[in-house]
Amino acid sequence: MATVEDYVSRIEGTCGEEKDVIVVFKYDKKDEAIARILKKATLKNTIAGIIFELTFQDTSFRLYTSGKAIFRSIKNKQELNDLLANLLL
Amino acid sequence: MDIQAVRQDFPILKRQVNNYPLIYFDNAATTQKPRQVIDAVSDFYENHNGNVHRAVHTLSLEATDFYEKSREKIAKFIHAKESSELVFVRGTTEAINLVAYSWGLNSLNRGDEVLVSLMEHHSNIVPWEIISKIKGFTIKYANVNADGTLDYDDFESKFSSKTKIACLSHVSNVTGVINDVKRTAKVAHDNGALMLVDGAQSVPHLTVDVQDLDMDFLAFSGHKMLGPTGIGVLYGKKELLEKMPPFQGGGEMIKEVAYSQGKGCSISWNDPPWKFEAGTPNIGGAVGLAEAVKYLEAVGMDEVLSHEKALTKYAVERMQECNKVTIHGSSDLSKKCGIIPFSVKGLSSHDVALICDNYGIMIRSGYHCAQPLHQQVLKLHSSDRASFYIYNTREEVDRFVEVLKEIEQL
Repeated sequence: MATVEDYVSRIEGTCGEEKDVIVVFKYDKKDEAIARILKKATLKNTIAGIIFELTFQDTSFRLYTSGKAIFRSIKNKQELNDLLANLLL
Repeated sequence: MDIQAVRQDFPILKRQVNNYPLIYFDNAATTQKPRQVIDAVSDFYENHNGNVHRAVHTLSLEATDFYEKSREKIAKFIHAKESSELVFVRGTTEAINLVAYSWGLNSLNRGDEVLVSLMEHHSNIVPWEIISKIKGFTIKYANVNADGTLDYDDFESKFSSKTKIACLSHVSNVTGVINDVKRTAKVAHDNGALMLVDGAQSVPHLTVDVQDLDMDFLAFSGHKMLGPTGIGVLYGKKELLEKMPPFQGGGEMIKEVAYSQGKGCSISWNDPPWKFEAGTPNIGGAVGLAEAVKYLEAVGMDEVLSHEKALTKYAVERMQECNKVTIHGSSDLSKKCGIIPFSVKGLSSHDVALICDNYGIMIRSGYHCAQPLHQQVLKLHSSDRASFYIYNTREEVDRFVEVLKEIEQL
């Protein structure tokens, strides 16, 4: 059975007062991860087809075709993990 | 300076990131390496590798020769009186920690004061905070003006007979502002204090003469000046290094470890700089750093600075075309190196950096290890930072501004 770890290479808390979280997808799984996320999340805006502003379960985030996503207002690791599981699996 | 010829020396500049040509604007964090430095390190490991000092075989002697000649080359680059005033360390952070733990632990006591500024990188704050908790001395913070320049009046007014050392960046890693460290060193010395300068952002970009500037300590990193990671320098005046106890214990840093039954070991320290270089040092790193210095000397430090200033001026002008971009810090470009801190209205710094990354442009976002400056002075949650070096071009700036204009549409 697939897990979040199959798609995610690294999760990094950013430096700065904004507690953004950056999710880096595994290089060989990034296209699949992006496709899955775009299928489930609601698209709000896009730039040149490479940056997607999305919402999912009342959480807004940005997804990049380089294989990264930035989430805001994430309270804890469990919340992020649940969100990613719902988006990816 | 023939910038296209310079660019040919940097193999990494030929690569693409996310299907776009790499534009590397994160030079204040680390710089790229020219072929000459990569080859010098490879040549050392392929042909001369041995452990330095104390052995009599050929490879050890060659390695020692490479290592000590590297020290001499770098000493001349910063105009030190002699090469023994240069201690090889991992980088600026370790250099400052060395001073804090060796000099600070032994010279500072309750009632003493250490003066730092609010623009410092965490590496010039945290070591002093740690030692102050042990020794009970006070740390005073000098103010920084709203434009990121040092408030010299406040800095100078905070000296007293209790001040034992003043610690200041030569160039701010956030704003690129160049501090007048000759002036601050004079004030420190007039008040009987020492002057430690964080040269991480100055030694790579402008001529630094430790004797003319009368610095007591200067710390800098090799990787920010075309050299390898894991090698840096602490410069210290000879008379200070001679009096300071070792920072770490181990091989190389002792003259003798004489054991006597019932009494244990009686240890005598080696002379500086080896007293401070316990264990096998980063020999290949030192060789690479010396080659980086040779490269910079061939370009000419005046050329380096002049190129960066011209590019910064051009970039600031072009960025001002963007409606939602705010450039932070001083607008007096004559007192700045090639660092531009900025924000895009409505977007977090990390968003901006990620979007730039998507277009192959590497910039930094966050506090840049200078949280007090962001919170107390610039009043920012974080910022983006574009920082230039000798291989960056106007065409790259043009592309960067194009991307910023796209970002504004988000």
